[in-house]
Amino acid sequence: MTSSPAIVSARGPGAARVRTPGQRTAQRRKALTGWMFIAPFGVVFLLFLVAPLLYALGLSLFTKGLATGTQFAWFANYIAAFTDPSFLRGVGFVVSFSLVLIPIQMAVSLAVALVLDAVTTRFARFSRLVIFLPYAIPAVIGAIMWGFLYSPTFGPLGQLFGLVGAHAPSLLDGDHVFGGLINVVTWQWAGYYMIIIYAALQGIDPTIYEAAKIDGANARQVAFRIKLPLVTNALLLILVFALIGTLQFFTEPAVLRPVSNGGITPDFTPNLYAYTTAFSYAQFNYASAMSFALGIVVFICVYIFLFLTRKRGSFLS
Amino acid sequence: MTTMTTTPRQSGPRRPQTRRNIAPQLFLALLVIYFLIPLWWMVINSSKSAAGLFGGTGAMWFAKDIDYLGNLQDLFTYDGGIYLRWLGNSALYALAGGIGSTVIAVLAGYGFAKFAFRGRNLSFALLLGSVMVPLTALVIPTFILFANLHLTDTIWAVILPSLLNPFGVYLMRVYAGDAVSDDLLDAARVDGAGEFRTFLQVALPLMRPAVVTVLLLSMVATWNNFFLPLAMLSDNGLFPVTVGLGLWQSLASANNGGGHSLWSLIVIGSLVSIIPLVIAFLSLQKYWQGGLTIGSLK
Repeated sequence: MTSSPAIVSARGPGAARVRTPGQRTAQRRKALTGWMFIAPFGVVFLLFLVAPLLYALGLSLFTKGLATGTQFAWFANYIAAFTDPSFLRGVGFVVSFSLVLIPIQMAVSLAVALVLDAVTTRFARFSRLVIFLPYAIPAVIGAIMWGFLYSPTFGPLGQLFGLVGAHAPSLLDGDHVFGGLINVVTWQWAGYYMIIIYAALQGIDPTIYEAAKIDGANARQVAFRIKLPLVTNALLLILVFALIGTLQFFTEPAVLRPVSNGGITPDFTPNLYAYTTAFSYAQFNYASAMSFALGIVVFICVYIFLFLTRKRGSFLS
Repeated sequence: MTTMTTTPRQSGPRRPQTRRNIAPQLFLALLVIYFLIPLWWMVINSSKSAAGLFGGTGAMWFAKDIDYLGNLQDLFTYDGGIYLRWLGNSALYALAGGIGSTVIAVLAGYGFAKFAFRGRNLSFALLLGSVMVPLTALVIPTFILFANLHLTDTIWAVILPSLLNPFGVYLMRVYAGDAVSDDLLDAARVDGAGEFRTFLQVALPLMRPAVVTVLLLSMVATWNNFFLPLAMLSDNGLFPVTVGLGLWQSLASANNGGGHSLWSLIVIGSLVSIIPLVIAFLSLQKYWQGGLTIGSLK
């Protein structure tokens, strides 16, 4: 695919078929060079991805009790996790959270990207930057800011509701925390997704639009019948990122927990629960089992998803 | 960027369309307001004292006394100037992690794109698979591993895991595959340049836009990281600014009475901490906007 006719001819006639010993050593040397370029990444990959994963797998197969010491326990930790109401509630939360969040985020970012692709005024360029800006802001800061805005003491809600003589609801208590967090995460990430879709839209060959115009397509048809199908790869990429991120939801609930008046519990999401289990209760074997289970489940879900939606020339093929 | 005005017939709209642009622009204006609300709140409230924050006249407008300088002074002197240290730590982690992981990703991406060798497809498939492993799932296992090696609570505990950037390798491979032509590399080799020199002097300049993108994105990722340093560090002199502000926030909400002064520090501290990244993004616009297409077009 990568070799152009020019290179084939440069190698001389018949190079592909008959290899002289000199060419073979040249090829071997080239392979070795290739490996040398990849080697640093290979080392990092083994040390900080493969090793922790294997180590977590190992740890997760043991239990540690005060009386019993460390014992090999097969899948006891996994059975414990998948029958632990805290863990299951957390999993339930992140799954339902993704089901609500991801469609909203994708709809917002797609709508904005389509508008920005069609409108090229100075103001549109300015809004593109502003909408992207939250991506440059750490999730911790985003969560702290929204925490302030939600707060009945600091935020504008108290005053707004005060105007009509009502008490402001706390957007982080048990009833509202779902929506409150949806808003924080959408604010944080929609701009990034928008830029990815926008970039894909900008990459479309404009002559297609001319052709569509000649065929009598209106702006709406161009948007939904031409642009949308042509950016499916970008949408899939976003979906995958969003899925991986949301199932691992940690930073925002961790930061907002102290100001949530109990709306966010230590077992609110599986990752938060694993963190609490490891660092507050020092149950590292159980925490490893949860981390590993969660990582594998996310990996399998995403892999199946990508496999089902794969196309030639897309991310996985 | 701004050549739109001089070339009237790009993909942009023509004259008669300007009027129809009003509805979309209103839509954009509403979104701009929404996306700016938290920033607006932060800029306004950084001027307030703790008393102004609580009993203030309005959350979205200035209080009577505007005191940015006083708050800044408090911020940088509180607890022996710990905030400045956090900023420095964040910068160190972001630079070391960002530059390190980018160098590694550029080398590997170039290797995958331009050399045929046995095991290449398998390794690349492994790499793609690892993009889908949520990196947060690795934090707790990596912590335990590092604890056994007595590496936790050191700067290495944050920097070393940040070197892993499979998506960066993917981006670099795609970009190098398109932007660096084999002819050019072969020409350099025929001229007698060694492989590494060919890479440095021929391939690398061509890959520059993607390099800047990957560098920016990985520096942002490290600067914004929270879970990893939170787990790895317990000495608050080593905290990056994200973990530090998180600490202040939990301290402030734990003792509502005594923590008043901390609230105003958190607000202005948040504002100061985002300024470097906002500047980086605004000034490097053309790089990351171009670079982000790499992943989405393929």
